[in-house]
Amino acid sequence: MLEAHEVSVSYEHRTAVANVSLTLKTGEITAIIGPNGAGKSSLLRALNGQIRHSSGSILLDGEPLERLNRRSISRRIAVVAQEAELRFPVTVLEFVLGGRFAWATNAGWGWETDRDLQVAQTVLQETELTELSGRLMNELSGGERQRALMARALATEAPILLLDEPTANLDLSHQATLLSLVRKRCDQQRASALVVTHDVNLAAQFADNILLMQHGKTVHSGTPEEVLKPHILQQVFEIRVLVDAHPVTGGPRVTPVHETYRHH
Amino acid sequence: MIGTASNVMAAPANRITLRKTLVSCAVLAVALLLAIVLTSLIGSEPLPARASLCAIASLGTSTCGLSRDQFDILFQIRLPRILLAAAVGGSLATAGAGYQALLRNPLAEPYLLGISNGAAVGTMIALIFFGTNEWVRPVVAFTGALVATFAVYRLARGRAGATPERLILAGVIVTTFLSSVIVFVTTLMDATRIRSFTFWLLGDLSGTSKALLPVTIAITIAGALALTLHARSLNLLMLGERDAFDLGVEVGHVRIVVFLVASLLVGSSVAASGSVGYVGLVVPHLARLSLGSDNRISIPAAALGGALFVIVADTVARTIIAPRELPVGAITALIGAPLFIYLLKRSHG
Repeated sequence: MLEAHEVSVSYEHRTAVANVSLTLKTGEITAIIGPNGAGKSSLLRALNGQIRHSSGSILLDGEPLERLNRRSISRRIAVVAQEAELRFPVTVLEFVLGGRFAWATNAGWGWETDRDLQVAQTVLQETELTELSGRLMNELSGGERQRALMARALATEAPILLLDEPTANLDLSHQATLLSLVRKRCDQQRASALVVTHDVNLAAQFADNILLMQHGKTVHSGTPEEVLKPHILQQVFEIRVLVDAHPVTGGPRVTPVHETYRHH
Repeated sequence: MIGTASNVMAAPANRITLRKTLVSCAVLAVALLLAIVLTSLIGSEPLPARASLCAIASLGTSTCGLSRDQFDILFQIRLPRILLAAAVGGSLATAGAGYQALLRNPLAEPYLLGISNGAAVGTMIALIFFGTNEWVRPVVAFTGALVATFAVYRLARGRAGATPERLILAGVIVTTFLSSVIVFVTTLMDATRIRSFTFWLLGDLSGTSKALLPVTIAITIAGALALTLHARSLNLLMLGERDAFDLGVEVGHVRIVVFLVASLLVGSSVAASGSVGYVGLVVPHLARLSLGSDNRISIPAAALGGALFVIVADTVARTIIAPRELPVGAITALIGAPLFIYLLKRSHG
């Protein structure tokens, strides 16, 4: 379980995150939404220990994050970040096997074990990449690479998933597939997930909790029904919105109303 | 046809395994051994092949009918020089492979980044202040290489990390700055030493020091092993420092190990032979092209391949206009520079 208490993150001249608290509970997906520059990604990176929080505490299974070594964190927290530029040819399978790094033991001389391969095959199947496993990463489309990033995160078998804009490059059907995979992990393997996203409706459909951030602070947090209210969204995003019931799920559905629009 | 260009560059589809690595390295090791023996027969003074092979097989305990002069040429001049070529080539190729993985840049190379020049300045300082003590040379050269490495790294690091262009520019700045230091120091030398010094700067194996040879070889082997042990971390670092960190790599620790080991390798080889250029570019590139980008195979393969490459280049350098000699760096640059241009063009996709 990952808990953040009153966490602040400061860069040289500005505070990116101010006194944010959250708890990732087993089996739950939490979404962070908010305008650009709200501190969403900074919070996510602090939760993984990548940037030091300047105050507050972050506890992983009850232990302060900064006291744990890198491998033991990486066995428990997996990150799906924006993809980095690839300058060396590496196959999809090799890329996904990178997710097994934290599990390497001296007994294997640092080589992948049969179990590592087995895990990789399973996640390749789950992300529909089996047929591409021998292809080079830089030959894939943006969407396929995004799925490979997801596959690598799943290959870590970490019970906590942190996802930064995981659906940015994906078409509608793969967006749904990817978030279903996250949901499945949470339901079946007692995992928890934190998703930073700009897609308010995706958050509404898949998240159990939503944390709405602005200027580094938590503006609201709670269930989608509690957070996604017109006056709250209007104030934070500075745009008129309509919120009605989703015709299928019954949950909230957000429609921005632009000042200039085409009449039909 | 779409994708043809990248298919040509494609890594072997099969995953690299421990067995594949051991087999490839064994093949290269045998080739290296053959090269050491065969090139020792080639030179301005021809040696009888059968007797020489017999003497080498006896590890110098028997002359096998070679004359005293022939025996000395073989064991006092040629073999030490060939072994030094192997150590220098192995060191530079290993260091190149390490820098490339760490800096995420296929163009990183000790010579082009100015690190060899840092080591050269160190060597010169040692020559001037501790002229007679040849043990001080590699130590000061190592320090020079380390300082140059950090300078390039700091200069190249932008907000978006070090792009290939930025890194090369930083290398140019460090190289030219250190070159002017070298020129300045050279003018303080007497005229007779300048010629041999210019040769040394270009990379020259003719001044093999017997006392330092075992140290240079030991550093090469230890350095190649140390980087190979960090190869899996380097595989992830090649994909980006942030990704590597997320996946469990102690990025800071690995960075320091690579900087120290690579600087030691460059320092010891420059102290022994000057700045032999492009080895660290050509050899790791060929290793990745034929065996894939997995550092667990490409680093040891580059170490063995680099040894092989410089042995062959030096044999050409000392025979092509015999009895006169070229500096080996001239030969490696002749092969390396066109490849560098090709890689630079390709990195723009």
